Amino acid sequence: MPVSADTLPRLSWYTQDRPEQVRVSAGWPAAPVEDWAASGATGAGVRVCVVDSGVEDGHELVGQLAGAYSVEPGPEGSPRVVPDNRGDSSGHGTACASVIRRFAPGCELVSVRVLGGFFGSSENLITALRWVIDNGFDVVNLSLSTSKRTFGTALRELTDDAYFNRTLIVASAHNMKVESFPWRFSSVVSVGSHAEADPWLYYYNPAPPVEFYAGGVNVPVAWKGGARTLCSGNSFATPRIAGICALILSKYPELTPFQVKTALYLSAANVREQP
Amino acid sequence: MSIDGVPPVLDKGHQRLLQSIVEVARAIFSAGASSIFIFDSSAGELVFEAVSGAGEATLLGQRFPMDEGIAGWVLQSGEPLIVDNVTSNPLHARQFAESTGYTPASVMAAPLMDAGTSIGVLEVLDRRPDPARALGDLEMLGLFANQATVALQVVHQSQEAMARVIHDDTLAGVAVALSGLTGSRREAGRQLLTSIKDVLATEA
Repeated sequence: MPVSADTLPRLSWYTQDRPEQVRVSAGWPAAPVEDWAASGATGAGVRVCVVDSGVEDGHELVGQLAGAYSVEPGPEGSPRVVPDNRGDSSGHGTACASVIRRFAPGCELVSVRVLGGFFGSSENLITALRWVIDNGFDVVNLSLSTSKRTFGTALRELTDDAYFNRTLIVASAHNMKVESFPWRFSSVVSVGSHAEADPWLYYYNPAPPVEFYAGGVNVPVAWKGGARTLCSGNSFATPRIAGICALILSKYPELTPFQVKTALYLSAANVREQP
Repeated sequence: MSIDGVPPVLDKGHQRLLQSIVEVARAIFSAGASSIFIFDSSAGELVFEAVSGAGEATLLGQRFPMDEGIAGWVLQSGEPLIVDNVTSNPLHARQFAESTGYTPASVMAAPLMDAGTSIGVLEVLDRRPDPARALGDLEMLGLFANQATVALQVVHQSQEAMARVIHDDTLAGVAVALSGLTGSRREAGRQLLTSIKDVLATEA
């Protein structure tokens, strides 16, 4: 059975320990297995943050939020994260939250609104990601990206921080042929769309930068105003993978982002033993 | 995207370019309507700049807040999006009815991206339904949006160049004098200006 990270020696830049002293038993299967990673889990105990346009608290497909925040100007004029009760400015964040809830009904959902605010969305995104890392979220759904290169370095450093601090960022690939961030960074789980109907079907992509494909066509989602609709795009494939990551972490809470990616890989529909 | 003092003919060219893009987009997707919105950053609003199909006669120039609805999200996020069965969503239906007088069943929207910044949105309403084609539709819409962005960039550069000429009294006077000539005198004037340009370019 898995060993808790707390019981392991603190490894740093070097180690004098022998391999048997730092053994990590994550219960990996001997071969790729489709339903090993997430089956039987509900997402209970996992904290998921939706960084988007806000989320409509109490929508029947979303349930109760554990918190709602937005990025606003602070006393010095610089952006900061504060409690927010304005719901969703467009419906998109509510849609993403509803997909996560369907996959991981037991997870804790928190919203951080980065769109529709005072600052440009890229500054808001950086402020929000710093906040979710500092607050130790397990999974972040980011169905957004920025194509402003000037923010690339700051975003890369942030996503590395997240990766090393056990905050798994699941990020949408851009839907157009646009170079944008942070989905291109290897420290996040990047998601594109396939057109198959099965909501649980996901593939590993052997030709990155997009690492995984999930269903992104006609995804049934919640929308603001208590409504429901069908949406298409990578935005809606991404919360499917975020939800599955929440299931994996609720079943194996000690896993690092690297190990969750490996679990996704081993359970992807197209990863199979050689016959 | 218009500049004070630019002759109306250029604004008409700008309008024709955008209009042709929404007409082709509408035809390619067999859609009920297609629109281009330009972002007016000073007012925080999206403005109907070109419309083909439903609302064509009434929507040009109408405005709505940048953070509302599907077009607002697409503008702010810089990502394209498809939302189907809009009519089952009372909020969507009301927003569309209020802003366009028409409630579509499906909406497809893509940002017009200029150097990493959204400058507007291309929207296609009620495309011919084909769920299996949705991802291809999104990609094709993105291509149209890129074309619209390039058209806007070219028009804007032309407008700026023309504005520089108009705001320089000497150059404006020369342009007016030349445009008043006909036949051989016009050709002689054009050759003279070409020679002056060559001399100035050499001196530079």
